[in-house]
Amino acid sequence: MKRGKRSRWIYGVGILLLAVLLPGCQRQHGGLSVVGSTSVEPFAEALAEEYMNQHSREKIFVQGGGSSAGIQAVRTGAAEVGMSSRNLMDSEKDLIAVPIIYDAIAVIVHRDNPLNDLTLNQIRKIFSAEITRWSELGGKNHLLTLVTREEGSGTREAFQKLIMGKKEISLGALVQDSNGAIRQVVADDRNAIGYISLGLVNDRVKALKIDGIEPNIENIQHHRYKIVRPFLFVFKSNPQGLAKDFLDYILSPAGQKLLVQEGLISMNPIPEPKKEARR
Amino acid sequence: MSKEKILEKSFLLIALSSISILALIAFFIFQQGIPLIWKVGLNSFLLGDRWFPSKESFGIFPMIVGSFWVTLGSLIVGVPLGVACAVFLCELIPPTIAMILRPMIQLLGAIPSVIYGFWGLIVLVPLIRDSFGGPGLSILAGSLVLGIMILPTIISISEDSLRALPRTYKEGALSLGATHWQTIWRVLLPAARSGIVASIILGMGRAIGETMAMIMILGNATQLPNSILSSARTLTTNIGIEMGYASGDHRQALFATGVVLFFIIMGLNSVALIISRKGRA
Amino acid sequence: MKISRHHTQGLAKGVIWVAAFSTLAVMFWILYQVLREGLPLLHPDFFIQAPRQMGRAGGIFSTIIGTIALTVVAIVIATPLGVGTAIFLQEYTRESGVSRVIRFGTDCLAGVPSIIFGLFGFVFFVIFLRMGWSILSGGLTLATMILPTIICTAEEAIKSVPYTYREVSFALGGTRWQTIRKMVLPNAFPGILTGVLLGVGRSVGETAAVILTAGSSFITPDSLFSPIRTMAVHFYILAREGISMEMAYATGAALILLILAINTGANWMMYRYAHKA
Repeated sequence: MKRGKRSRWIYGVGILLLAVLLPGCQRQHGGLSVVGSTSVEPFAEALAEEYMNQHSREKIFVQGGGSSAGIQAVRTGAAEVGMSSRNLMDSEKDLIAVPIIYDAIAVIVHRDNPLNDLTLNQIRKIFSAEITRWSELGGKNHLLTLVTREEGSGTREAFQKLIMGKKEISLGALVQDSNGAIRQVVADDRNAIGYISLGLVNDRVKALKIDGIEPNIENIQHHRYKIVRPFLFVFKSNPQGLAKDFLDYILSPAGQKLLVQEGLISMNPIPEPKKEARR
Repeated sequence: MSKEKILEKSFLLIALSSISILALIAFFIFQQGIPLIWKVGLNSFLLGDRWFPSKESFGIFPMIVGSFWVTLGSLIVGVPLGVACAVFLCELIPPTIAMILRPMIQLLGAIPSVIYGFWGLIVLVPLIRDSFGGPGLSILAGSLVLGIMILPTIISISEDSLRALPRTYKEGALSLGATHWQTIWRVLLPAARSGIVASIILGMGRAIGETMAMIMILGNATQLPNSILSSARTLTTNIGIEMGYASGDHRQALFATGVVLFFIIMGLNSVALIISRKGRA
Repeated sequence: MKISRHHTQGLAKGVIWVAAFSTLAVMFWILYQVLREGLPLLHPDFFIQAPRQMGRAGGIFSTIIGTIALTVVAIVIATPLGVGTAIFLQEYTRESGVSRVIRFGTDCLAGVPSIIFGLFGFVFFVIFLRMGWSILSGGLTLATMILPTIICTAEEAIKSVPYTYREVSFALGGTRWQTIRKMVLPNAFPGILTGVLLGVGRSVGETAAVILTAGSSFITPDSLFSPIRTMAVHFYILAREGISMEMAYATGAALILLILAINTGANWMMYRYAHKA
């Protein structure tokens, strides 16, 4: 390449680089950072997409990382909003948590698994590896493949608290770092059993009844299916500006409708039924 | 000070960047990780076989074992096949075909690891599950995929070493009446040994450091693996899979895992340096 | 009965043929599978539209921007540092304590696993320097990762410039810097460019360190401080979550094509300038 032509190339590339980088040099990006639970993430993304459709000037950046990471991010200021799929711990109570919707946890198995129903006790024994074969549950003599979320996941915490109680989840369980990944494993492995957000159950896996109660909206709203946890938006201080706007949208009927359509359970469950009045 | 001197000093400063970055990395990783190792005790950290952060158990022995088996497995797959391919390219096929294949193999080496992990997930894992039982997400799957991933490295460097040998080696052996194969096996390969070993060490470094593809196909169980069909975690996947969620002690424990990894890699690098220096002497 | 050495040779060569052939076949088959499923799905819309519905629909536009932005930042930082280091090692010093320390640092840096870079980038750029998950954090982290590669190839390129070039310049009264600037660098340029392209290739494919430092939000960024998802990260997330297999294959195919283009460029560059000399 001749000398002159080469310098022109270099200048050209240099100008291109400047053109790309200069606009980006503003200190803070002009959007809202929403960080945290991978369980809440897909729904937050759907809400953000809808919100940005209606307010085309605004930008909302949603990303995962986990409930704990989200809460940390809010505390350090790395994000304005944290998403959590578990309640705040005592050490986190200085932050503000707003429930935006409720989500049930479903225990799932392969689509073709003959099992439909398990008792809470059986589930406990399965995940703590006291029961190790499907034959102990009336199935074939195959080893159970347990799938769980990783330590620090809000979903795992909720599962531990609501189902496992004092028992530990077995160390031999496969660990996947998101609901979607667990769903994938269970969908492909006939011997697998795992747990995911009810809103993420699709036709590739089967959600089991627990103690005879099917995980559906009605049972959840009537407090029959009890494996339910809130999705929280976490703030450092009272939300303002874009954060408040977004929160208002989510809590509005339009936002709630979107979430309910995706399989979550709205904020106003039917109160516990009092004694049946005479018909 | 003259302009030349200023320039020389500036360049010196720039040149110190790589060592400063290394120092910075070491500092931050150690600063986060060492306090936890101190708190838990080196022995129980390295040899403890229970990793249960929520219950304050931080033993990474299963991960060390996992890293060991997966890396060993990948070498078992990658080294013989890699050296065989190098011999194939160098000695057994016409140079023109080799010239076409070489950049293609280099391309394979540049493919992101997540693509190999994806293939492993879609093809290999179901295959292992259906043929051998178990979840399929296993050390076997990890070793095979990792082996495939380090092949381009081993092939390229080994083949370069073979090609760099003086022609006289081959001609001399052949003129003494050795067959082609005897020449390859007894003269060329031993002569290229230091290059081949270097390629193996490089491949091993890549294998130990691989994260994303392993998260996809190893299953990530925290228990000590007891067979190649068991799921396992490596030191790298331990960090990768829990990093996003961790805080406090848990996060520091992940950095501590990083410290261990750091030492292992440095150790490996030093061994490589010593071997290559010996080879040169 | 002793097997003749010709039989041994036949057997050995046969084994090698089978081994090598099947190995290469499997490796290419992996690429073929992804391309076969993904290529048909690549149409202009795919590249222009942003991902929608978590990646189930739309295209990968924002991830392309993210990949480019991250790579540009990494190259802009790493190239001057790398070339400068190479210049120092080759032109301004002999083998000495200082140069040994620098080489040691570079060699070690080259061996550090990407997840450690991710940890470092996270705790240093994202948290300590308060840059947050951003293009800047990700780009700086990538820069530290590709620095050894650029140093190595730049050194080779500078080394391969014949000493006579420098002699001529000195004989005509040029200073060291003038010599470097007008004689050595222009001639080492193609080699350096190859190193840069290798660095680009690595940046494009890196996933672990990028997720930890640039985040994974997939909307189009509006500043260097925005989080961003690269193509490799997008592919990883799609593949893991089982959101959409078609999208995963398509993104994978796009990724492979990009790497192919970069590698071919690097090879062409090396070929052309090797033959020019």
